Amino acid sequence: MTLTALLNFNLPIVALLPFVGAVFAAWASKINRLASAWVAAFVTILSLAFLAPLMALPFAGETLIQSWQWIPSIGLEFAFRLDGLALLFALLILVIGLLVIIYARYYLSKKDSMGRFFSYFLMFMGSMLGVVLSENLIQLVVFWELTSLTSFLLISYWQHRQDARAGARMALVITGMGGLALLAGVLLLGHVVGSYNLTDVLASGELIQSHELYVPILILILLGVFTKSAQFPFHFWLPHAMAAPTPVSAYLHSATMVKAGIFLLARFFPVLSGSPEWAWLVGGAGLVTLLIGAYAALFQHDMKGLLAYSTISHLGLITLLFGFGTELAAVAAIFHIINHATFKASLFMVAGIIDHETGTRDMRRINGLLKYMPHTAVLAIIASSAMAGVPLLNGFLSKEMFFDQALTASHTSSWAWGIPFLVVIAAVFSVAYSLRFIHDVFFNGEPVNLPKTPHEPPRFMKIPVDLLVVICLAVGIAPMFTVAPILAVAVAGTLQTTPPEYSLAIWHGFNLPLMMSFVALVLGGLVYFYRKRLFEWHESNVAHWDARVIFNAVLGWVNALATVVTRSFDKGSLQHASVWVIATGLLAGFIGFATVSAPLLGERALLPMDAISILVVIVLILASVLTVTLHQKRLVALIMLGVVGLIVSLAFVKFSAPDLALTQLSVEVVTVVLLLLALYFLPQTTPKETSHFRVSRDIVIAVLSGVGVMLFTMAVLSRDFSPISEFFLLNSVPGGGGTNVVNVILVDFRGTDTLGEIAVLALAGLGIYAMLQGMKLPAPDHDSHGRLWNRDLHPEIMQTLTRLLLPLMTMIAIYIFLRGHNLPGGGFIAGLIAAVALIVQYLANGIAWTNDRLKFDMHWVIGLGLLIATATGLVAMGLGYPFLTTTFTYLNWPVVGKFEVASAIAFDLGVFLVVVGATVLSLVELGKLSDQSHKTQSPLKPQQENS
Amino acid sequence: MEWLISLSIGVLTATGIYLTLRARTFPVVMGLTLLAYAVNIFLFAMGRLTIGLPAVIDKYATSAVQYSDPLPQALVLTAIVIAFGMTAFLIVLALKARGELDNDHVDGVEDKPATSTVKQEVK
Repeated sequence: MTLTALLNFNLPIVALLPFVGAVFAAWASKINRLASAWVAAFVTILSLAFLAPLMALPFAGETLIQSWQWIPSIGLEFAFRLDGLALLFALLILVIGLLVIIYARYYLSKKDSMGRFFSYFLMFMGSMLGVVLSENLIQLVVFWELTSLTSFLLISYWQHRQDARAGARMALVITGMGGLALLAGVLLLGHVVGSYNLTDVLASGELIQSHELYVPILILILLGVFTKSAQFPFHFWLPHAMAAPTPVSAYLHSATMVKAGIFLLARFFPVLSGSPEWAWLVGGAGLVTLLIGAYAALFQHDMKGLLAYSTISHLGLITLLFGFGTELAAVAAIFHIINHATFKASLFMVAGIIDHETGTRDMRRINGLLKYMPHTAVLAIIASSAMAGVPLLNGFLSKEMFFDQALTASHTSSWAWGIPFLVVIAAVFSVAYSLRFIHDVFFNGEPVNLPKTPHEPPRFMKIPVDLLVVICLAVGIAPMFTVAPILAVAVAGTLQTTPPEYSLAIWHGFNLPLMMSFVALVLGGLVYFYRKRLFEWHESNVAHWDARVIFNAVLGWVNALATVVTRSFDKGSLQHASVWVIATGLLAGFIGFATVSAPLLGERALLPMDAISILVVIVLILASVLTVTLHQKRLVALIMLGVVGLIVSLAFVKFSAPDLALTQLSVEVVTVVLLLLALYFLPQTTPKETSHFRVSRDIVIAVLSGVGVMLFTMAVLSRDFSPISEFFLLNSVPGGGGTNVVNVILVDFRGTDTLGEIAVLALAGLGIYAMLQGMKLPAPDHDSHGRLWNRDLHPEIMQTLTRLLLPLMTMIAIYIFLRGHNLPGGGFIAGLIAAVALIVQYLANGIAWTNDRLKFDMHWVIGLGLLIATATGLVAMGLGYPFLTTTFTYLNWPVVGKFEVASAIAFDLGVFLVVVGATVLSLVELGKLSDQSHKTQSPLKPQQENS
Repeated sequence: MEWLISLSIGVLTATGIYLTLRARTFPVVMGLTLLAYAVNIFLFAMGRLTIGLPAVIDKYATSAVQYSDPLPQALVLTAIVIAFGMTAFLIVLALKARGELDNDHVDGVEDKPATSTVKQEVK
């Protein structure tokens, strides 16, 4: 494949490569602990490399779409899209991901499984890339749910910790719920627009806003956004997710997971924004989240807790900006997304370094670290200042734009005059908690009772932080030379039009936003200075409010309800459940009979009865009734069951179904042998029933069902019908090259069905093998009456006769197989006959003797069969025909004469091998069990029979 | 003849259902086997009953020949094999349950008189 051909689908490669890499990362850790980190870094760089050649397109104002049909009937396409917004997010995900990988390699301790961490990490990265690069909305939701699942794995990475498990579960419940709402919203959106492709949706803004479903769509999509981005009232999961390892927090809560919601806001901004509903919902949630987060952050004693609430607050800020709904507000929002990702990732990494080097994250104990780790301290001080919005740092620039937009918004309606005040209050708290992060940790006296003596971390652990802090400074000092191009492209991608005029200058003169910044800095300093009183007030008035209590109460209530509902149907008893199922079927049948007024019998002429048939049916009825009445004597009942099976095959003979008769006959043999083998390990008798009520109830249900089925069958059989079988009869010879239509249907017309069926059979055989591994059962040496089993396991006469039988039966099997396409027979029947031939050898000669001579591993036979059957289909595909297309030709052999060869015979060979493999594997494994159990027991001591 | 087949299917269904509702694994497996017979004949009979006309194309036939319906036959053929696979899997599952739980009750626990809602016969 040439490079240009590869470039035609490099967007899916960018998104799916991390998933492939996840497998390798898990595998690599078995070789070397650090190898998985290398794999993760390599995969990330490779994804970047596949993205690189496309980066010029968004800068040239183009949107790249790469799509393939998937299930067109439900609007599902495998479609990817690269525009400015997607590019910005993809770069954030990959670049910050790479930095976090380097950091995590030093952060994880020897006890932590590197393979598991980087495997989860890469899967999460792939899911995030899938979200931002999706063109098809349903595909986007799928990746969206994948981010919920993979983040659950990452948050609960330290599985032994209860808080990690609880935090991960809470995150999954909240974001998973939001994901379902999002799916509903997207389905409605697709319904309104008539397409699930973003290109069509983004072009239908007016149609959507004027549609009566606009408000439901908006609310459902916003539920997805708010849960993911931790917006009020769903913000509470984020602090609990801090139980994750710090690299995870640095990644999830700076550039990725929580930004997925923000991404969606930006993505749908052109079509959903501009209405009063949008302004109230998005702006309202953003404003409340901004305030709550900023306030709560100040009072956290855990460093990561402070950063978590600060993240909530900044997400609120971005949401509020989108809520303003103007183009300039969207510019500010995108700008702040970039800035927040850089300073927050670096701050989380600093928190992780300090945790790593001191052994605690409690800011009441960590003090005065400046002299122990000066380098880290400088990095943290710069990043926190960026978070506080100090001039010459990137956070200042986007905050100025934010203040400016808040002032603009205050003129829009009569209630909006308060926005600038509330925004400044949030900024005051933001300054205060940033100050606390700096002052408490790096100054403020000496550390208190630390588990470790702190010192600088390894050089490479700081390099990612160095880089991020340099970006904070570079963007803050020279925005035009650093962030401007990518910001412009991302804004264009968000708005889907030419971006508005905006200025990235550091100095705009003495204006109101600058005043607000100044006020926030001064007041923030004062709040921090008087923090003691504020802390006391907070502890006594606010601290006991905990959203987790409500969450747990609601969750407990839902669980209790689910239990009540479930228990009212399922009492943990199979009998109870079966009665419900059958009684429901009975009721449905009764309604069917009662509501149809047509006469029971139709017009079709019935076949005449003959005496032999009547006799056979009487035997059948007797045998089946005896199976039931004697079912407590299990061996006798089993023999009766065998009689029933034989008569069923006679019925197939009578009514022109030779293939079925042959199949039924051979299956019957295998089934009875199998049940006999199993019965050996089970009680030989069934205890007497203790409940008369249950017996009579079951008899009534059974008889009613039988009568219903009988009448229903009769109603069908006495009516004419027009089957579709004429097609098969007409095309069997010209199309399939075989005269036995049943076999041609199996291996040709409906070959894919048959492939599925032999796959099921293979799975059953392998499942039986798996279940029997290492199983030990008490093997009684006497029956229920105390009679000893025959000690002569392999009688001489039987051995001699069966050895003669093997070549004969094999020959018959081959004959039946070869003629199957034209006369009754084929892979299924031949396989069963061959299996019976082999099983008889095992029975007569013992497993050890037979295994010495029969050196096939049945696992390989099953695998080979499936392989051959699938390969037949793939060959047809390779030649340009649909899967499993067959062909046939006529050969002229010297003596035999002209005969035809159909490619379907290869498929039938696959069927044959799977049937032999699965059947022999099941029975021989069961037989081995009895051999093993015998060897472990003393043969002469009578055992207590459990019955 | 249709009455005979319907009656057979009915009897197989009734006996199959009764055994399926029993409390021990082995009768349940036998019940499901009976039920599988009933279902297979039922499906087969949906192609209507024909005698002496197998669905094998007669190349040398000079006059128009009628055949039995091959489609239900093909469906039932695989159904028989799958039913065997299921029976085998179930009975081994029953063995596994017996090995792990030390009883052969379908619920994995012996009937406890106290929890049963119906009257117990005292033996």
